[in-house]
Amino acid sequence: MPDAAVALRSPLERLALPAGDRFALAETPPAARFVFRGGEAARAACSAAFGAELPARLGLGGERERRAALWLGPDEWLLIAEGADSASLGAEIEAALVSAPHSLVDVSHRQIGLLVSGPVAARALSAGCPLDLHLSAFPVGMATRTIFDKAEIALWRRGATAFHVEVWRSFAPYLVAALAEAARGAPEG
Amino acid sequence: MLLIPCPYCGMERPELEFRNGGEAHISRPLDPSAVSDADWAEYLYFRSNPKGVMAERWRHVSGCGRFFNVLRDTVSDKFLAVYRAGEPRPPIGAEGSSA
Amino acid sequence: MTQAFRVAGGAMLDRARPVSFTFDGVAYGGYEGDTLASALLANGVRLVGRSYKYHRPRGIVSAGAEEPNALVGVARGPGRFTPNLRATQVGLFDGLVAMSQNRWPSLAFDVGAVNDLAAPLIGAGFYYKTFMGPDWFGKNWAWRRVYEPAIRLAAGLGAAPSEPDPDRYVRYFDHCDVMIVGAGPAGLAAALAAGASGARVVVCDENPAPGGSLLAETHAQIAGERAWVWLAEALAALRTRPNVRLMPRTQVFGYYAQNFVALCEGVSEPELIADPDLPRERLWQMRAREVVLATGAIERPLVFADNDRPGVMLADAARRYLHQYGVKVGERAVVVTAHDGAYRAAIDLKEAGVKVELIADLRDEASGPWPGTARAAGIRVATKAAMHEVRGRRRVEAVRLAAHPGGMRTISCDALLMSGGWTPSVHLFSQSRGKLVFDEALQVFKPGASAQRERSAGACNATFGLAKALAEGDAAGRAAASAAGFAAPDARPYAVDGAPQADGGMLGAPLHILGDRHAKAFVDFQNDVCVKDVELAVQEGMRSIEHVKRYTTTGMATDQGKLSNMNALAIAAVAQEKTIPEVGLTTFRPPYTPVTFGAFAGPARGDLFDPIRRTPIHDWAAERGAAFEDVGLWKRAWYFPKPAESMHEAVARECRTTRAAVGLFDATTLGKIEVVGPDAAAFLERMYANAFMKLEPGRCRYGLMLSEAGFLMDDGVIARLAPDRFHVTTTTGGAPRVLAHMEDYLQTEFTDLKVWLTSTSEQWAVIAVQGPKARETIAPLMEGIDLANAAFPHMSVRDARVCGVPTRLMRVSFTGELGYEINVPAGFGRPVWEAVWRELEKRGGCAYGTEAMHVMRAEKGYVIVGQETDGTVTLADLGLDWAIGKTKKDFVGKRSLSRPDIIAENRKQLVGLLTENPNVVLEEGAQVTEGATPPLAAPALGHVTSSYRSETLGRSIALALVATGRSRFGEMLHVPMPKGPIRVSVTSPIFYDKLGTRLNA
Ligand SMILES: [Zn+2]
Repeated sequence: MPDAAVALRSPLERLALPAGDRFALAETPPAARFVFRGGEAARAACSAAFGAELPARLGLGGERERRAALWLGPDEWLLIAEGADSASLGAEIEAALVSAPHSLVDVSHRQIGLLVSGPVAARALSAGCPLDLHLSAFPVGMATRTIFDKAEIALWRRGATAFHVEVWRSFAPYLVAALAEAARGAPEG
Repeated sequence: MLLIPCPYCGMERPELEFRNGGEAHISRPLDPSAVSDADWAEYLYFRSNPKGVMAERWRHVSGCGRFFNVLRDTVSDKFLAVYRAGEPRPPIGAEGSSA
Repeated sequence: MTQAFRVAGGAMLDRARPVSFTFDGVAYGGYEGDTLASALLANGVRLVGRSYKYHRPRGIVSAGAEEPNALVGVARGPGRFTPNLRATQVGLFDGLVAMSQNRWPSLAFDVGAVNDLAAPLIGAGFYYKTFMGPDWFGKNWAWRRVYEPAIRLAAGLGAAPSEPDPDRYVRYFDHCDVMIVGAGPAGLAAALAAGASGARVVVCDENPAPGGSLLAETHAQIAGERAWVWLAEALAALRTRPNVRLMPRTQVFGYYAQNFVALCEGVSEPELIADPDLPRERLWQMRAREVVLATGAIERPLVFADNDRPGVMLADAARRYLHQYGVKVGERAVVVTAHDGAYRAAIDLKEAGVKVELIADLRDEASGPWPGTARAAGIRVATKAAMHEVRGRRRVEAVRLAAHPGGMRTISCDALLMSGGWTPSVHLFSQSRGKLVFDEALQVFKPGASAQRERSAGACNATFGLAKALAEGDAAGRAAASAAGFAAPDARPYAVDGAPQADGGMLGAPLHILGDRHAKAFVDFQNDVCVKDVELAVQEGMRSIEHVKRYTTTGMATDQGKLSNMNALAIAAVAQEKTIPEVGLTTFRPPYTPVTFGAFAGPARGDLFDPIRRTPIHDWAAERGAAFEDVGLWKRAWYFPKPAESMHEAVARECRTTRAAVGLFDATTLGKIEVVGPDAAAFLERMYANAFMKLEPGRCRYGLMLSEAGFLMDDGVIARLAPDRFHVTTTTGGAPRVLAHMEDYLQTEFTDLKVWLTSTSEQWAVIAVQGPKARETIAPLMEGIDLANAAFPHMSVRDARVCGVPTRLMRVSFTGELGYEINVPAGFGRPVWEAVWRELEKRGGCAYGTEAMHVMRAEKGYVIVGQETDGTVTLADLGLDWAIGKTKKDFVGKRSLSRPDIIAENRKQLVGLLTENPNVVLEEGAQVTEGATPPLAAPALGHVTSSYRSETLGRSIALALVATGRSRFGEMLHVPMPKGPIRVSVTSPIFYDKLGTRLNA
């Protein structure tokens, strides 16, 4: 985190997040986030510098310690480094990539992470996400960009009943409210 | 809501993640200044709008973000072929059409 | 009346739980498990509605979704009112309030019933023919002003509620391997088979209790057990399977492409009352790998004179009321039929104590097991029957018929049960675009070739009889499971005893009815269409069945012809001397039964209708009483009124303060795109009209993006951060469009370029500080930057720190004043804004909103894309062609700039307009004309695009697009308005600081 004289604010700070046994929402810890773009050489170099493998195709996210690389497109990844300082991490990655054309853009504040969990988590997400979220179709570790109703999200499954959702910050209150509404009275299974 | 096969994701994905990009294979002239007014108007505004097999562009905008091409039967709404941008149109002709 | 028609039995009822309800204000009793229809019948209520056109008294005809007559409104407190519900599908609950429809002032005495006497005047096509004139006061005057309002008052079904609906509605996407529609014998057999394969199976049924015909199956045995026992065991087996979901009270109402099916699941009233978290309805959008349609069949009415009298009912419905609800539909019944199934109903009713006077069979012979059993039970049977008259108006009192043996006779009765055979429910199959074929032997349309991955089983496939339905269901379930990629179990034999096959049926109307101009023999009860109406339609030239449908209205409205289609088709075929397949069937369209608006709207109302996007500074503005305006999905601070200040006063103060001292503006909503890569400059060079190759890092340029057709599409400041990195800004509303436009060219045309695009719109909060005191306001907060004019001139960008956090500081202006835009990571937006605010307050500054921003930019003649432009405006029209990179060989839109219509001399150009009276503010969108009173339909010279009261100039100002406007400076033109023309003079669009000295200060 930068040596800030001012405090970091969240778009969710005034919202009461559901925290029940059937369904809970929580903001994920602060993280440095980047959108990384580039070809195969850049992917390999970035994987080494970042410390988690940038997946070559749609499927499971690359994960190591508190770093994750999610495939968004054939030349596009979302890098999430929990607790890291984006300026120094960005500089490290850039230093390792001088010879491979690429784009590294800091989006730490563009979006927030939301942990959606509980037995009706998948059902609540399916209120707005048209993908098949059954474990056989969307296994633990799977990550993709998709939609939740009128918001674009990145969806990353962390467990049978837990999902990490990345959403642009101005859409976050809408997503929270829509998920809470969808979870209310939702049938399990 | 259709399921659209995305060649970059390697799977069918829901239509809500896509945007239609109009007719495919309308290439921008390499040197527009050498094109006549009539041909330029043709490039800008005229499309074939067929009943039957149509080559069209889709973008998996809320997925992998890529543009690609499909052959779709505009009568049955069936996708007959999917191919990446820049690849030639697969040889599926009138037999795919159910006019 | 205390349920005088209630008898023993009633598999659906919980006799331990009596409930009370009202119908048209009268209190009645029933039991939990009843439908409203069964409870009304138990209480002897026969008259439940008035027909649509003739207002004839009507009673309950059916026991299911096909009910055409018993449409009611059901209420449970304010806002909880649903009209047009079929009483046969309304689950009874304690406190239910139901009312009949389409009657005034009351059901028993209905003024509209005079239409019945005037019926000869209201034949097919009556509305089309009668209400065409006179056109005294313009085309269709009479229709619009006189006839339509009167007809709407007299006719119409239920009324919409006037209060907001307090209940919740939710919707989900879902997926399964095998979707089974209908939980009758075929559907359950399919579910048992598919469930055993391990596939994800969903079984829905429209009724509260699954089972279909098994619920009324009193005599049959399946695999050596009574049908009810088998049903209970099958349901228990399915419920223990985690891969099977059983969804009762769930209507599949639509079948779309690629096995996408729409389900509406109702939650019962008692459940809803007990659990406030439950929604009233859930809409499921289900994607199924494979579908099994097991939707059953609907019994067909017979067509005879006055066949719509209350007390005339489908024979099998009477049997279902008896077995499922313990209700006898009358004391003395006559059965008229062309199908063996009605004999079974007669036998069961007789066993329950109903006096069955006669079974009158329209066929020449009545043989086979069911007629045999009926005769053996002592029921009189006559054949070659012809119905002549049904007596009684509000309920059946007697029938007059001819039959052999016995000839013509009149029989007193209070129930007349009819059966014309069974029509397979092929609605969903047809919606799936499958081809229907006509089965000559059975005289039914049934599923032919499939268009999707589905199969039909049981009665909906014209496979009648319990044994065959179970076998076909089992086969369909196995086939679906293996088609979905699962190992299907072995075929399961179902031995069935005691359920002999019932055959027969007829289509259309008997000969003595055809051509009878006086008989009111109804084909479509809901739309009041008689045999003679269908004949008249054909006689008047309607050939296509689709035309006959629309001319007569048969098959329309809420029941969508479930009972009437086949009879209407047969009558039209006879009238045209064609076969039924030649005439063809009308198209089945979703929904199968009506779906509430609530289910479709789901949660999308109020705050969840659309995302409401707020900036990090939004709450600060809200706390200070800002008024907001919607810009796309964003809420933007519009103005900041002080107590007792009007909007006009607030905006004037904000403009005055900003121009005199300093103003603070939240520009966070601007779109931002980071363009990165070795070819970034080359890419922007192609995407924008401006030149970028030579733009130095640290400098900004006002970028203008054209569509390929040459029109201005978007604008914004573009900052070069490094040789290979640009920070591009777009309009608030244009951000997604610009990014998509850029991606399109990058991916499909300019594929040679190494450059990537990333949206950073929400990464940055943007704090605009504008005014002569802007520099001194921000200076105390900044580190690592020299703000002096020479070091950091207008249109520059630097990385610096503000309040200890990184900033991309830009020196830009949209007010014409010295200005900065502080870009900070969004999470720090509010605290940095507050720090700037504290500095600003010391210097007499204020916050301003979008309205003041609009006024100040108009004073400078700065255009807003979407306000001055509408997709047909060029840079030359706006006087912005100076920005075009003249030496560039190509860029998007360049070729179009030399098209004939774009270089035409009479194009509209941006000008300023000053009203003669400085206090008059023009209306945006108003037309600009040469003369004060232009002739009608003369084209205008142009229109006003922006108009404000300018505090700075002490008068009104306007921008306008006017033909050859730049050659008209000094001319007087007119803006014609309803209160008279307004004189305006044409000027330059720049009203303030024409030389730009202020922003370079
Ligand atoms: Zn894709």
